[in-house]
Amino acid sequence: MDIISIEQIVALAEKQHQTIGTIALKNECENQERPETEIKNDMLKNYRVMKESVIQGIKNPQRSKGNLIGGEARKLYTYSQQKHPLSGAMTAETVSFALAVAEVNAAMGKIVACPTAGSCGIVPAVFLSIQKQRQLKDEDMVMGLFTAAIFGTVIAYKASIAGAVCGCQAECGSAAAMASAAAVELADGTPQQAAHAAAMVIKNVLGLVCDPVAGLVEVPCAKRNAMGASLALTCADMALAGIESAIPVDEVIMAMNEVGHALPASLRETARGGLAITPTAQKLSEKIFHS
Amino acid sequence: MNPYSCFDIIGPIMVGPSSSHTAGAVRLGRLARAMADGLPQAVRIILHGSFAQTYKGHGTDLAILGGILGFDTDDIRIRHADQLAQEAGLDFTIETDDLGESYHANTAKFIMINHFGCEVTMIGSSLGGGKVLINELNGFPVEIEGRLPAIVNTHWDQPGSIQAITSVLANHNINIAYMKVFRKEKRTVAYMVIETDEMVPAEVVEKLMSLKAIVDVRFIAPV
Repeated sequence: MDIISIEQIVALAEKQHQTIGTIALKNECENQERPETEIKNDMLKNYRVMKESVIQGIKNPQRSKGNLIGGEARKLYTYSQQKHPLSGAMTAETVSFALAVAEVNAAMGKIVACPTAGSCGIVPAVFLSIQKQRQLKDEDMVMGLFTAAIFGTVIAYKASIAGAVCGCQAECGSAAAMASAAAVELADGTPQQAAHAAAMVIKNVLGLVCDPVAGLVEVPCAKRNAMGASLALTCADMALAGIESAIPVDEVIMAMNEVGHALPASLRETARGGLAITPTAQKLSEKIFHS
Repeated sequence: MNPYSCFDIIGPIMVGPSSSHTAGAVRLGRLARAMADGLPQAVRIILHGSFAQTYKGHGTDLAILGGILGFDTDDIRIRHADQLAQEAGLDFTIETDDLGESYHANTAKFIMINHFGCEVTMIGSSLGGGKVLINELNGFPVEIEGRLPAIVNTHWDQPGSIQAITSVLANHNINIAYMKVFRKEKRTVAYMVIETDEMVPAEVVEKLMSLKAIVDVRFIAPV
């Protein structure tokens, strides 16, 4: 089947009284002409690597290749366990997981691009945290990944998931929208609520630029993964509470595409604008490349 | 038609930090290894553009060396590929240079001495998302993406050469997906890149090698 809008997939799920994840899995099997067990197993492999990347980042902190980040995940994780985080223990822990995966990525560790390497921390963080809180099985999480993935395919089709094309809104924004929609389903929300969660996420990141310091996937990327993870939880909670997005998610995605193309090239992964050209960034860049 | 699979969005499993500067660089290294017919004795890796400017922070040098050692994009040993290359006896240098404006920002040139002692040169670019393109081989312009099995050969530029080569493939039921022929001068050696739907077994490569039309032939598995 050709899935070109979220509206289409929500309608299918409602009609068949199934989750978006189930519809996405069936569709993937149909398109790949392979049995469900194989396709689920492929996704389970991804999930295992995601989990491992979270654990590595917390347990075994490493400095990044450019030496701009490393160790922040552990700091926040420790704080979340020992103190009383203002945002609540679960949010603080989730954010520490997102930082963990981003740090593993920046230190040349093994990660799952989701949807990209630069935004690889958001989905694993939200998923691990929800699995822990709700005591879910890996199999449930795999179905959640299909929910996340189908939202990603529609965003990639209607807009982009590349920072070079549409800025960071397309990378960390897409990842957070995917995570938020899946979080709603993992918490037994409806397909419609999942769509509203994704819409609310993207509305909050519209215009977010991609301005990596020294062109590396370190600053501000790791902390934007942190933002994405907390935003995903916030929007999932709003949707689960029955709050709706006034603008439907498909239209929000089109808006992201329009805003992305309106961004100057200097703010689309070229390291020629934004944070990347601040005096401090220039000094850091000089230090990394000419030492 | 929405061309994206769920696995284009979640995946691949890879060593970070960047699909273009790390994963793509590994694939370029793997293709260089294939062009050299296995681990070369020596390689000069010349980085151009963004590769030259940011390779240290992205581990592009390690990724390329890992690829030359035959590692896949998710192999954690890439982090120590420089050490492992030394241990494997590979004589390598990492250099930076401006190859010219016509090249993509993420481009690397490989000057290799293969295990027979022959020089093999290759220029390839990482186009983003892990996609790569080899655009020059031994001074000849080519276009190889490394997604499909490929036969790369030098042959005599004379009537009947192409037919002789493609007949061997037809006789072994190997379908040609894409094919391009390149030459520098009339009636000397020319280059041919044939991408196929099926893998090309060693005996077919040997049959091609025995043709009068062929100077040299190499099978490049997808990377």
